[in-house]
Amino acid sequence: MSTDVLIIGGGLHGLSAALQAARRGVSVQLVERHFVGRHASGATAAGVRTLGRNVAELPLSLEAAESWHHMKALVDDDCGFVACGQLQLAEDGEALAKIAKRIARLEAMGLHHERLVDADDVQSVLPGVSPHCVGGAFVSGDGSADPHRAIRAFRDAAKKAGVTIVEECLVTSLTRSAGHWRAETIRGIFEARLIVNAAGAWADHISVLAGDPLRHAIRTSMMVVTERVAPRIKPVVSSFGRRLSLKQTSQGTLLIGGGSQGKLAADRQSAAVDITALASSVQAAIRVFPELRGVRMVRTWAGMEAMTPDHIPVIGFSQKVEGLIHVFGFSGHGFQLVPSVGRVVADLICEGHTNHNLDAFRASRIAIERVAA
Amino acid sequence: MSYDVAIIGAGPAGMSAAVRLRALGAAVIVIDEQPAPGGQIFRGIERNAASPVFPALGEDYAKGCALVAAFRASGAEYLPSTQVWQIEDGWNLFLTTERKARHITARAVLLANGAQERPVPFPGWTLPNVMTVGAAQILLKSGGMLPEGRIWIAGAGPLPLLYATQLLNLGGRIAGYLDTATTPKLSALARLPGAWREFGNLAKGLRWLRDVRRSGMMIKGFSDLRAEGEERLEHLTWEAAGKRHRVEADVLLVHEGVVPRIHETLALRCEHIWNEEQGYLAPKLDRWGQTSRKDLFVAGDAGGIGGWMAATVSGEIAALGIAGQLGIAANPDDLRQAAHLDQRRARALALRPFLDALYPPPRTRLADDVIACRCEEVTAGAIRSAARNSPADPSAVKAATRCGMGPCQGRQCGYTVQALLAEVHGLPIGDVSFFHIRPPLKPITLGEIASLEHAEGAA
Repeated sequence: MSTDVLIIGGGLHGLSAALQAARRGVSVQLVERHFVGRHASGATAAGVRTLGRNVAELPLSLEAAESWHHMKALVDDDCGFVACGQLQLAEDGEALAKIAKRIARLEAMGLHHERLVDADDVQSVLPGVSPHCVGGAFVSGDGSADPHRAIRAFRDAAKKAGVTIVEECLVTSLTRSAGHWRAETIRGIFEARLIVNAAGAWADHISVLAGDPLRHAIRTSMMVVTERVAPRIKPVVSSFGRRLSLKQTSQGTLLIGGGSQGKLAADRQSAAVDITALASSVQAAIRVFPELRGVRMVRTWAGMEAMTPDHIPVIGFSQKVEGLIHVFGFSGHGFQLVPSVGRVVADLICEGHTNHNLDAFRASRIAIERVAA
Repeated sequence: MSYDVAIIGAGPAGMSAAVRLRALGAAVIVIDEQPAPGGQIFRGIERNAASPVFPALGEDYAKGCALVAAFRASGAEYLPSTQVWQIEDGWNLFLTTERKARHITARAVLLANGAQERPVPFPGWTLPNVMTVGAAQILLKSGGMLPEGRIWIAGAGPLPLLYATQLLNLGGRIAGYLDTATTPKLSALARLPGAWREFGNLAKGLRWLRDVRRSGMMIKGFSDLRAEGEERLEHLTWEAAGKRHRVEADVLLVHEGVVPRIHETLALRCEHIWNEEQGYLAPKLDRWGQTSRKDLFVAGDAGGIGGWMAATVSGEIAALGIAGQLGIAANPDDLRQAAHLDQRRARALALRPFLDALYPPPRTRLADDVIACRCEEVTAGAIRSAARNSPADPSAVKAATRCGMGPCQGRQCGYTVQALLAEVHGLPIGDVSFFHIRPPLKPITLGEIASLEHAEGAA
């Protein structure tokens, strides 16, 4: 079957690009080696956060923030998004000073989304927080969503827009001739004018198949989910300079993460939980919220996602191979960017260019250098 | 702390393995959830030996005394009331005793953690006062507690009959017994000749049946059992001979056989084999009980349902296998022969093919409105509709419905999800995988895991 675009990877970024391109009249197929949302998209804590973003990501992040508040318009469902705020705690004066400096820098750029808060503000936003927290940064319009609901909504909307989604479909080879891609998969041959590499932790593998070899690490951030408890934590909580993220879902369960890394299998095909490393995230959570000590954790997991050396994604056309668009490497914070990055990739697919400056995201920065002959 | 062998479970398999390994000079630790040795079958046996409950529990129960005494005398380090919540390669075991987490290492691990009752969803199974026969038996063995009011039992297999007899011996009454066993098929009877060698066991079963018949109503050949009530169980209804029957009931005890506990071996990614007749997964084991992973062994019902006598023998066999592999015993095969372990195991398993054929798991189609996942209250209908929208992978259904995400970690709904996926996708059940099992193996508190970094032995 031949279409305008073949998207490789059924995570939220692949689905979002597929949906938004298909809405503009392009024919789109999407292949996914497992099932949609199997890896990073399903393993995420689903924070919707502009707070503390890398400045290079901020234009995309602020556009996405707008979309999250009107998500129903995009996918006919709010994806469980709640603007409960994001609070970054300062556990000591030094952390608070650094946060204040960051906010001052943003304000100098005309960006006013982050607000500096003091110890009293922290207590009122987060009753029960340990008194050693001296302040922090707060973004009231940030929040969190339900990742599985988001996956279903993007999948269903993409299908409705005419995207063909083929799951359990591993790509085994990619060849290009006469301006056309030919993808061999375990479920047959797919042809397209353009290919989008949205393969997450396997993006390096796809880049090799496509002839533009790139290198990235794999992030294996772990998460803990607890039993349901009475509502007590409203905003999503993080701590400056510490490995902590903590939120309470609409189901009442607590999700604790923050970047403690699991163990990546030697073949890079799976990741396992490392209990000792996980204990440090849990300690951090109890330090800022001592009353959580008695809550039972019921499940843990380690997700898998591509990570670049500078922790910002690769977005844009390959500089080496024609007809190839990369979108991966979100390094553990891509969930919030799903609506805007999908829009940008759809621009690239449909127009060949976009209004966002993608220089910081170019693929060549992680290219595997050709060894001089 | 570091050991040659960590044994998980102090039931017949774990105790007999510990006794053997200690006799061979191995450094052994036995970790068990219960406060005293015995496992499910001999639960509370040391305390009950002097109580009036003891004779009522039957001859088999009394047989556990010698094994428990031998275990106590074996010199194995014994950690009661302790949960193993994570096992990592190497082997590193993470444990919690009295809310304190710690970490030990062992050269080999023996999983002797037994079976769990097969969860069988039906309308009303989540109502208060509907419980399993196994849970009722735990109450009986732990404190001589008997249910009160109009007691109904619904199920099949030896355990409900045994429990009913124990209850009657203690002066309890049974309002009625809904026998879900199908009439013995020719295939079951064909396996009987081998079973006659174990005539004692068979006679025991017939005696139980007779006692139960005498005590109350015995109902056979019915369908569509429903437990109903507002806040708690109030009555039962079922269909028989084209008519709907209804009785008042205070307690309903259900049981449809037991299945191996496989969360540990699944989490450790051992190979498993689907037992089509009994509808369960069991780890693939070699002739010593070693799984597909080196130095990880399984003995007893956790490796496939065989009952306590077979478990005792398989514990000894695994002990010899481990001792051979670790270089603790030079001649495990000779020891195996000398103790007639294979003959003893064959004898203990003689009746099993007959029982397996007699008591197949229920395979009735689950109605859409029945709850499949108790923790997250997900219905069979919701699972079917998610299954239609995804590949035949339980993880996809879990992500879409939250089924299996609760505190039981899929122990209650795993097989149901597998069966529903098979039904929707037109696959044999054995072709559909089980949930991925994520740590912890048992829910532990955040405080416990946080205490770990300072705990002894943890890096």
